[in-house]
Amino acid sequence: MRNSLAKFLQAIKLPGLSFFMAFTLTGLIIAISDAKVIAKFSTPLEFIKSALAAVGNAYLALFQGAVFDVNLTKGHTFIHGFYPLSETIVIATPLMLTGLSVALAFKSGLFNIGAQGQFIFGAIGASYVGFHFHLPIGIHILAAALAGAFFAAIWGGIVGLLKARTGAHEVILTIMMNYIASYFILWILKTQSFLRPGRIDPIAPEVNQSARLPLLAGSNFRLNFGIFIALAAAVFVWWLLTKTTIGFKFRAVGANGQAAKTAGISVPFVITSTMMICGALAGLGGAVQVLGSEYALNADIAGSFGFDAITVALLGRAQPLGTVFAALLFGALHAGGRTMQSSTGVPLDIVLVTQALIVLFIAAPAFVRYIFRIKKMNTSASLTSKGWNG
Amino acid sequence: MKKVRSNIEKRRLTGVSVIGLLSVLSFLFFGVISPGKDKTTFGFVLNNEWVLIKEWVISSATGAKIFSLIALVAAVLAVLAFRANRKIVIPAAIATFGILMSFITWVASGKFIPFTGLLQGALLLAVPLVFGSMSGLICERSGVINIAIEGQLLASAFVSGVVASLTHKTIWGLIAAPIAGAAISFLLATFAIKFSVDQVILGFVLNVLVIGLTDFLYKKLLVPYQSTWNTAPTFGHIELPILAKIPVLGPIFFSQSIVVYLMFVIVATITFALFKTKWGLRTRAIGEHPTAADTVGIDVNKLRFKNVIIAGLIAGVGGAYYTVGSVGAFGKEMTAGAGFIALAALIFGKWSPIGAVFAALLFGFADNLQSTLTIIGVSIPSEFMLMVPYIATIIAVTGLVGRVRAPAADGVPYLRGGAH
Repeated sequence: MRNSLAKFLQAIKLPGLSFFMAFTLTGLIIAISDAKVIAKFSTPLEFIKSALAAVGNAYLALFQGAVFDVNLTKGHTFIHGFYPLSETIVIATPLMLTGLSVALAFKSGLFNIGAQGQFIFGAIGASYVGFHFHLPIGIHILAAALAGAFFAAIWGGIVGLLKARTGAHEVILTIMMNYIASYFILWILKTQSFLRPGRIDPIAPEVNQSARLPLLAGSNFRLNFGIFIALAAAVFVWWLLTKTTIGFKFRAVGANGQAAKTAGISVPFVITSTMMICGALAGLGGAVQVLGSEYALNADIAGSFGFDAITVALLGRAQPLGTVFAALLFGALHAGGRTMQSSTGVPLDIVLVTQALIVLFIAAPAFVRYIFRIKKMNTSASLTSKGWNG
Repeated sequence: MKKVRSNIEKRRLTGVSVIGLLSVLSFLFFGVISPGKDKTTFGFVLNNEWVLIKEWVISSATGAKIFSLIALVAAVLAVLAFRANRKIVIPAAIATFGILMSFITWVASGKFIPFTGLLQGALLLAVPLVFGSMSGLICERSGVINIAIEGQLLASAFVSGVVASLTHKTIWGLIAAPIAGAAISFLLATFAIKFSVDQVILGFVLNVLVIGLTDFLYKKLLVPYQSTWNTAPTFGHIELPILAKIPVLGPIFFSQSIVVYLMFVIVATITFALFKTKWGLRTRAIGEHPTAADTVGIDVNKLRFKNVIIAGLIAGVGGAYYTVGSVGAFGKEMTAGAGFIALAALIFGKWSPIGAVFAALLFGFADNLQSTLTIIGVSIPSEFMLMVPYIATIIAVTGLVGRVRAPAADGVPYLRGGAH
């Protein structure tokens, strides 16, 4: 028992210290960019007090916007105070799916920066099937989600195929494919089939009622069935990687491509199929975003879900469970960041800084060890460094 | 006897054949099947340069045919050069240019194309790309992957804008910008070299960090206190005497802001230094074979650190172009992915300075052609024109235009006596 506790502490040491450092640095930035704090610079004690107050208020607002806000229970039920938590989950849902996409790629030794583009194609596919067809309720959702996953799987598969056939680096390919996808959605939104009747701005019609994911907590909350899709996807990725032959091949290629090839595993096949599954996962993220919360396709549908996915997967150490928790955390940061911006005037964008710092420290265990003078730390399963040619 | 060709050679031949096929198709489509019915006018005069030809008017169909034929001849020459194992870059480039011109002549039927302005705008759009790709070049030739070009450009654009606003002097903005670029480089170098962090991840995270920080400060300081923090003055144009009077070339190259002249100097210096000096030899050595370099007494990690910092300084000048070099005020995420296009240009240019510059110019041209066509009212979806740099890069890295190979030790941390 004591042994396992020690093991647990050892395991959370790096993430824990990384969080601590990231939030400390973020707090510092919030404090020194606050005019009221700077005004008290001449009196050190007051200065520190007001700085702590500014940071404290900001972080309190962040919590209120992400988990529970007692003010929201006034005039409503107690449950309504958890509205922020439901928002956190709504934002975390597509992040989980895109995060799983990046995580699975990591397991096969691929760096999928392309979740953004795959997300876009998923959203386009789901949106089109969602508004264009009229189908029975369950079948419509399934058809729309599958259409999204299918288009995104092809978009991701192109990268896999190109890498497998020509050896081009997937990072470069996916960066380029993201840009192409983002221009593609701008174009397709202007075409006749995607323009909403009576509108000239780039927004598609809303998906039909039958294609919308059921809401889980009434119409006051945006919380929808998508979270179960995301959790199921996490279980699927875990199952695929640990219980199936193909998952074993993925991991073998990820661990050592040369050895895997010698052992008779077809590396091109692994690369292509990994990228297709990754694409499908990210595409499901896009589908869930359209069918669960946005309903209408717009040019900004993907937000930064595909890019945040990379930080999510890195923070989750490319493990399915870790990715789920990391997505919830970043979902909370985003949901809370909005409240922080509106109630304390600290711009939402600071969340990006926190996010980047957390991942930076997680990716640099040697740095954390150096700062805290730690001799030994469990840093297994860290992501290996490879060059363009590797 | 049948010659055995490697996969890469086969793909190159495919690439050349595709260019040839495209020139035939452009002849048929732009010239025969769906010819422009009107005349196309090319304008060559922009400022007060000497006038050689003011305008050139040609029937759209004839022009398209002529340019396609030029492209076809060049493509045939490229295939012949390939057979003879000679370089195919120049004929292939001419062929591509011919197809492009054929397309322009066709699409602008009945319209006026300000040719000199088109090229000048292309150069201006390419300026930050060139600086960015030079930054990437120096890093990657030393064996450190630099995906943080975007972050370097954005951070230095921000700092130069703010410093120039506070001091009311453009020159301080230009001086502060490289320092900001170097600061990002310092983070990149420290984490990549000292702590062996995966460089792709690191560069990515640094970009997010810079985007977050500049967005935050923009909303917190630059928007509410705009008059003090975000009203940077800009450099004027310096017309070089006589040179600026040369038709076509003058307005493009010799009537520019100081940042553009700095770009010419920096590109020339890097090209010379990388291939003709001791520093250049050592830099290329640590990027290709660090162990060998170490054996002859080069401190690999120290030189890498130094070079990454130099790269940051260079990217910083490119960042200054966004604010004091052109529009003055800083805008939220104003680099808008230029760092990634610069990376694309670097790869498209096969990690060579001149190649990267030409790639950057090509991408700038595609971008500017797109906006020019939109302005003169040509109905072609601008989104597809904007995709050109990215599609070109994919074509490049998949080997259709020859072998693209990164420096061998690019992205691999060097540990003395280590695993690599």
